[in-house]
Amino acid sequence: MRSIWRTLDPRVARDIALVCLAGAIVGASFGAITVSVGLPFWLPSLLSVLVFAGAAQFAFVGILAAGGTPLAAAVAGLLINARHVPFGFAIADVLGAQRLRRFVGSHLMIDESVAFALAQDDPKQRRAAYWMCGVGLFICWNLGVLVGAFGGRVISDTDTFGLDAAFPAVLLALVLPSLRERPTQRAALAGVVIALVSAPFVPAGLPVLLALAGVLVSWRSSHARKEPAA
Amino acid sequence: MRISATLIVAATLVLAAGTYALRVAGPLLRDKIELPANLERLMGVATVVLLAALVATAALLDGDGFAGIARPAGVAVAGVLAWRKAPFVVVIVAAAGTAALLRLLGVP
Repeated sequence: MRSIWRTLDPRVARDIALVCLAGAIVGASFGAITVSVGLPFWLPSLLSVLVFAGAAQFAFVGILAAGGTPLAAAVAGLLINARHVPFGFAIADVLGAQRLRRFVGSHLMIDESVAFALAQDDPKQRRAAYWMCGVGLFICWNLGVLVGAFGGRVISDTDTFGLDAAFPAVLLALVLPSLRERPTQRAALAGVVIALVSAPFVPAGLPVLLALAGVLVSWRSSHARKEPAA
Repeated sequence: MRISATLIVAATLVLAAGTYALRVAGPLLRDKIELPANLERLMGVATVVLLAALVATAALLDGDGFAGIARPAGVAVAGVLAWRKAPFVVVIVAAAGTAALLRLLGVP
């Protein structure tokens, strides 16, 4: 495992460290918000260790705070986390065949670790980026949550610092290099349109799954390319 | 707020177990299913599409409504900088800085 850390490009390691720092701050806000709406002090940490998925955790707590039932909160969280199924198929090679790595690595599967792995070309770099981002964010996120839950309202509104813009920016910066080819660009554009148009009508989590239909566009255009150009 | 702690723990465990099952499904099933090469290529495209859709929804929407101006503006600045191959750190700090500055100026 130590060789994995040594493999990683120092520049990628620095980028991951920045995301971990931002994750710790958002984690602190999650801890503080959860406790401030009257939920038990242990809940943010329980969620962060066992679920480890920011968007689903915020939704879970938000639904409880709004008076929803715990079951409704769990179902909403699961729907938001459904995107991990396609992520899992894409990232299976990165985790490898070893059982322990597969089972531990699966828990570290989050948007950021998947995106950092995707952004590397070399298989060894992919693996190193995935693990470093997953482990790093797990530690920072949980430490942040702990500080937020006990430290009170130091940071409750991370929007003031623009962190709500930082996280989509992280994924955007990591996904852009993969958008070089035309069919992929078309597929992504179709997916984005589907997600944005469907968002007002379906529960959270579903729009990005529906976006997968955009893949069909790339499928079609890659077939169409074989035909002679007019 | 008065919700029984037992119920909250139970719901957390349901969410945790379900989320883990969703995560581990791909890595476990990947070996069992033999995929044709072009389908394998599509898997990579699917991840890109999914991440792109995540970026768009996270940048533009907040719940069911629009996220305002500051956040999409920050992400747009990040997009341009990333396109111009600016260093990652610059891209992320510019995104947060743009959104924070706009809010400081009273832009939602």
